[in-house]
Amino acid sequence: MREPWDKGASVVTTEVVEPKDVTQPPATRHTLSAYRGYRPPPGMLAWAFHRISGLGVLLFLLLHIVDIFTVGYGPDAFNSLLVIYRHPVFRVAELLLIAGLYYHAANGVRIILIDFWDRAYHYQRELFYAVLAVTVIAFVPTAILMLRSFF
Amino acid sequence: MSTPRPSVGRERPSGGFELYSWYFFRISGLLLIFLAITHVIIMHVINTVDRIDWNFVANRWHSPFWRGFDWLMLFLALLHGLNGARLAIDDYIRPRPWRIAAYSVLWTVAIIFLVIGSIAILTFNPEAFRQAAMGS
Repeated sequence: MREPWDKGASVVTTEVVEPKDVTQPPATRHTLSAYRGYRPPPGMLAWAFHRISGLGVLLFLLLHIVDIFTVGYGPDAFNSLLVIYRHPVFRVAELLLIAGLYYHAANGVRIILIDFWDRAYHYQRELFYAVLAVTVIAFVPTAILMLRSFF
Repeated sequence: MSTPRPSVGRERPSGGFELYSWYFFRISGLLLIFLAITHVIIMHVINTVDRIDWNFVANRWHSPFWRGFDWLMLFLALLHGLNGARLAIDDYIRPRPWRIAAYSVLWTVAIIFLVIGSIAILTFNPEAFRQAAMGS
């Protein structure tokens, strides 16, 4: 029986391997330039961004729980903390947070699609580009509206 | 002959706690997309941090709906996020004593933050401060 993800095409290839020049040792350089031109596969990038954005959002969530806990101690306690969130550095960090959240949400949908819809496997690369597109399309208007008081 | 499904992403665990965790990630993730994006639009887009202060929170939590909304989001986001941190610990911290230490910190953080977050949302009583402000 053929599974939905089985295209049926033969993947066996016969390649003629040229004999290598054994007089020269292979050049292995553990410098950054050795990685120049290396392009990580999209799936790996999708995974790395997912983990980084997830841990970043979690870090903010823990901070946010601490600040909201002070609401119970009255207006003075809570309002005095707001200088942190109104500081320009945090306004930029807030943008990063939203970008990370949107990416994490969009890529989460991609993961669920790949898990539960067999044909999505064929399109996982395209789905990653769609995730990036959705993130940017959702982020740009959000960022403009969030920074409107600066314009 | 059928080819095995190529592995893209994390393989579905075969059972036990890891399978529950696998489903929890996906179900809570879908709910959180709705909850968190609503939260972003209300708290970061319609109202920005310039406008949000104690009075804003007091008015918002006047409604049981928003308290429930915020508490559900707290519960799901914290468990979803800490479960993700648990997988990161699984991946990166190999020596056994360090793993035990990391898991201990993780579950301690989970319990403390669930408790203080729930206290903040569920026990908040703005009237106490309003009466104090009027009395002075």
